[in-house]
Amino acid sequence: MTQPNRITGGLIDRAQTLNFQFDGTSFQGHAGDTLASALLANGVRLMGRSFKYHRPRGPLTAGSEEPNALVELRSGGRREPNTRATTVELFDGLEARSQNRWPSLAFDVMGVNDLLSPFFAAGFYYKTFMWPKAFWEKFYEPMIRRAAGLGSLTGEPDPDSYDKGFLHCDLLIIGAGPSGLSAALTAGRAGARVILADEDFRPGGRLNAETFILGDEAGAHWAAMVTEELRSLPNVRLMTRTTVIGAFDHGIFGALERVSDHIAAPEAGKPRQILWRIYAKRSLLCAGATERSIAFQNNDRPGIMLASALRSYVNRWAALPGQSVAVFTNNDDGLRTATDLIAKGVRVAAVIDSRSDGPNVQGTELFRGASVVDAAGRQGIRAVTVRLADGTRRTIECDALGVSGGWNPNIHLTCHQRGRPRWDADLAAFVPSEPPVGMTVCGAANGVFSTSAALRSGAEMAVTVLSDLDLTGTIPDLPKAEDAATRISPLWHVPDGGGRAWLDQQNDVTVKDVKLAHQEGYRSVEHLKRYTTLGMATDQGKNSNLGGLAIMAELTGKTIAETGTTIYRPPYTPVPIAAFAGRSTGKEFRPTRLTPSHKWAAEQGAVFVEVGMWLRAQWFPKPGETHWRQSVDREVLATRKSVGICDVTTLGKIDVQGTDAAEFLNRIYANAFGKLAVGKVRYGLMLREDGMVMDDGTTARLAEDHFVTTTTTANAVGVYRHMEFCRQCLWPDLDVQIISTTEAWAQFSVAGPSARNLLRKIVDPEHNISNEAFPYMACGEITICGGLRARLFRISFSGELAYEIAVPTRYGDGLIRAMVAAGQEFDAVVYGTEALGVMRIEKGHAAGNELNGTTTALNLGMAGMISKKKDSIGSVLSEREGLNQPDALNLVGFRPLDRSATIVTGSHFMKSEDEANARNDQGYMTSVAYSPNLGHYVGLGLLKSGRSRIGEKLRAVNPLANSETEVEVVSAHFIDPEGERLRG
Amino acid sequence: MIINHPILGPRDAQEFVYLGDAGLIDRPDWQQENAVDAFYDYLYLRDNPAGEHRELWYHEQGDRSWLVVTRNTVTHEISKVELARDVARARGRGR
Repeated sequence: MTQPNRITGGLIDRAQTLNFQFDGTSFQGHAGDTLASALLANGVRLMGRSFKYHRPRGPLTAGSEEPNALVELRSGGRREPNTRATTVELFDGLEARSQNRWPSLAFDVMGVNDLLSPFFAAGFYYKTFMWPKAFWEKFYEPMIRRAAGLGSLTGEPDPDSYDKGFLHCDLLIIGAGPSGLSAALTAGRAGARVILADEDFRPGGRLNAETFILGDEAGAHWAAMVTEELRSLPNVRLMTRTTVIGAFDHGIFGALERVSDHIAAPEAGKPRQILWRIYAKRSLLCAGATERSIAFQNNDRPGIMLASALRSYVNRWAALPGQSVAVFTNNDDGLRTATDLIAKGVRVAAVIDSRSDGPNVQGTELFRGASVVDAAGRQGIRAVTVRLADGTRRTIECDALGVSGGWNPNIHLTCHQRGRPRWDADLAAFVPSEPPVGMTVCGAANGVFSTSAALRSGAEMAVTVLSDLDLTGTIPDLPKAEDAATRISPLWHVPDGGGRAWLDQQNDVTVKDVKLAHQEGYRSVEHLKRYTTLGMATDQGKNSNLGGLAIMAELTGKTIAETGTTIYRPPYTPVPIAAFAGRSTGKEFRPTRLTPSHKWAAEQGAVFVEVGMWLRAQWFPKPGETHWRQSVDREVLATRKSVGICDVTTLGKIDVQGTDAAEFLNRIYANAFGKLAVGKVRYGLMLREDGMVMDDGTTARLAEDHFVTTTTTANAVGVYRHMEFCRQCLWPDLDVQIISTTEAWAQFSVAGPSARNLLRKIVDPEHNISNEAFPYMACGEITICGGLRARLFRISFSGELAYEIAVPTRYGDGLIRAMVAAGQEFDAVVYGTEALGVMRIEKGHAAGNELNGTTTALNLGMAGMISKKKDSIGSVLSEREGLNQPDALNLVGFRPLDRSATIVTGSHFMKSEDEANARNDQGYMTSVAYSPNLGHYVGLGLLKSGRSRIGEKLRAVNPLANSETEVEVVSAHFIDPEGERLRG
Repeated sequence: MIINHPILGPRDAQEFVYLGDAGLIDRPDWQQENAVDAFYDYLYLRDNPAGEHRELWYHEQGDRSWLVVTRNTVTHEISKVELARDVARARGRGR
């Protein structure tokens, strides 16, 4: 017989039968079931093994706070560990497996841990696995990882997509129980833009799980009617399967919508989940409350659950957790489980009320002033032992037990801005006291537990909030509902028995562990948490924290209010990392910027390299070239022999205009720009205010009041930001305007002895680019290819006769093709970033490796460039004594004594006779390249007093690469030190 | 966080880049006596208040305004947002 424990009634659709599997066994359930309710209806209550002791466990709850019934869902790339069976909606074909057991859930070898439990108490790892030290990595840690833990990841890519979205509203209502629904009805009818979010797939909250009558209809029916009206209102967005996970600054909320988790796979084009950022003018927290348990010996047996969860399974899902049920409570609400079950004809074996003055219950045996002290039945409860009021003990046979220790308002979101809750002794619960600005708390979340009062509270608070928003709300006709007072006598644990009484079932923390923490001095709640791991599981202590700190309060003789709680932090329930990543995965992890010649380069089979967000051609392999060095050496040699072309668009370009443009540049660069003639380019050295080099580049003066300045690729954004800071915050009245034009111009370097000849075929003939008319460091606005506007700069990074030519970006592809065609007769090559790097090292130009944020102008041999006749950023602090020591690092060149030897970037220099250690450090190698022109490796490096040590022999030591090379200190300018080529 | 931009209205803080204490506006005179000391204080010695703090934010993903935001570092309450240019002028900065 299928579904032996399915009873009549409930909010399931019996017309839809769904097939599913758990641990390979096939079962049937119905639409509206959760995995947990369907398993219970099929008589399955063993659903997991605990984290540390591998104790058999069944569901404790019927909601998102579930600590025990964690299962692995789906298969292949969609396999997902640690999903809570209590919130997984049943769908046809669902596959689930239990976790943390071997070989099977019923017989788990690691269950032996349970017998060894005396060794596994709190702090066990800290104390036990300390010696010998080497054993930790090799032995203890792998062993513990295998033995403990939850589910495992698939290791396969997730085939589904995840989205992020943004929503704005007047009023965000969190939770669609009685107070949330009445608030939404009030605000929705008043015309406010409302978002009503609930983690459940069915709005109604406890109304769906209780047998309450609202007016003259079932509570669930009232909830359905209100939901229908809300769905009809265009100004209300009802978001089911949506958990508000955090309350952030200024009315911003995070919410996770599980769009497709309730079906086997997302529909085409739909995401699996959406992480919403909700901007709300005001919010109403109507998140309800969570029931808590009472700790007693073996209170983790499968079949023992919260009284309200038991009621939920019976009332909402028509799934009976047992044939003979007992109830253990310290408050009136727990008794509802007994009365509901009795009304349904279920056998209630006994009601154990810890209070001596609790109300009467008909139809079962009632024990007042009694406590459950033990439970028998390893894989499922068989009986409980009860200590009666007179001290005698009695065993009561039962196969399910509902426990109620009272209700904790779900105050989490009120505390996400560090608001501390207030202890309410009458309710025996923490209630909100300092919610974030703009948040109002209603219903059970505010400690208003009766249905009638919750309905009223939601509507009244909505009216108040609406008036703040200049809207008028009217309290709707609210149905008559139960209005019972909360009557509770706190009971956190039953002290009888020497065994273990469980507080945090997911992390296997017991009452004894709290006592041990106290005994060892870990008495503050934050220490208690970290020493015992209480509340650090995926349920974040929703089931256990209060119990733990109440016991700590007893032990220290303080009140619970004095003891306080740990801090509540987002997220409210676990959020998959995939949802945080959204679409930013793989290639879409961040934007990719392509250079104007990218298409052409890809056609040539270029190898690309990521430079920040840019993809740049690194080298262009030719047929027959099997090693990157072959390509790079060829590109370098051909450039120095005739001509090479390189896309340098990625360098930052900043357009600077205004009558004070020259003065502005004077202040942001260390060297002077005031006297730069129109039509000329100058190298600029930019310092940070602390005197370190920030960036460098060239600045061209196109007109008296118009400059174009360039930055390094890496610093394009930061330099522009810095220039805006200087312009707006330091000198707001200078007449200067700046704009980044990096993307507006495609720019190519054309370098080599034939550069001018090549350009003559491109540049329109009316522009004279002879050496006399357009000398080194000239610039101008020209036309090319028959009238296309362009800019030409005679600047060189390679040390060759070189130009940079710029055209509007959309002509970049055309220009590279035109230049390659024009260059054929000169054997022109196009070179990538590697050849660019080799040539700048050969020429001794500092680049990113040298402009590394720790170097000064003095270090780089440019101290003389800092003008002392004017104010500029960094000029004053560059004079600090510490930056101007006689043994300061200087940039110099290095070559291996044995010319066939390799040298390594990052090597540190040691004198020949010195031991290689930090004390003897003389500096370090910043850049290294093989120079095909010289036939050996060359290096640039920073050496103490380097400029006065030319000719000295040193050891370049790299203990990481296990290499050591003898090197000679030389000038950094390996090629054409006189600079004749670039002026030719 | 939401920053109420004086020109553009409320904008998400994600659009902004944070720099630090608004005291960076008060850059010393390079020709004053003890200029090195003055610059040292300007650059390195800043208060780190638990409470109200005037700080510089840059609307990088927006209109590229530098703003002076008065923010309570404990509660994140923002009590005032000004254009840094206006603040600089009010503090005597010009050309």
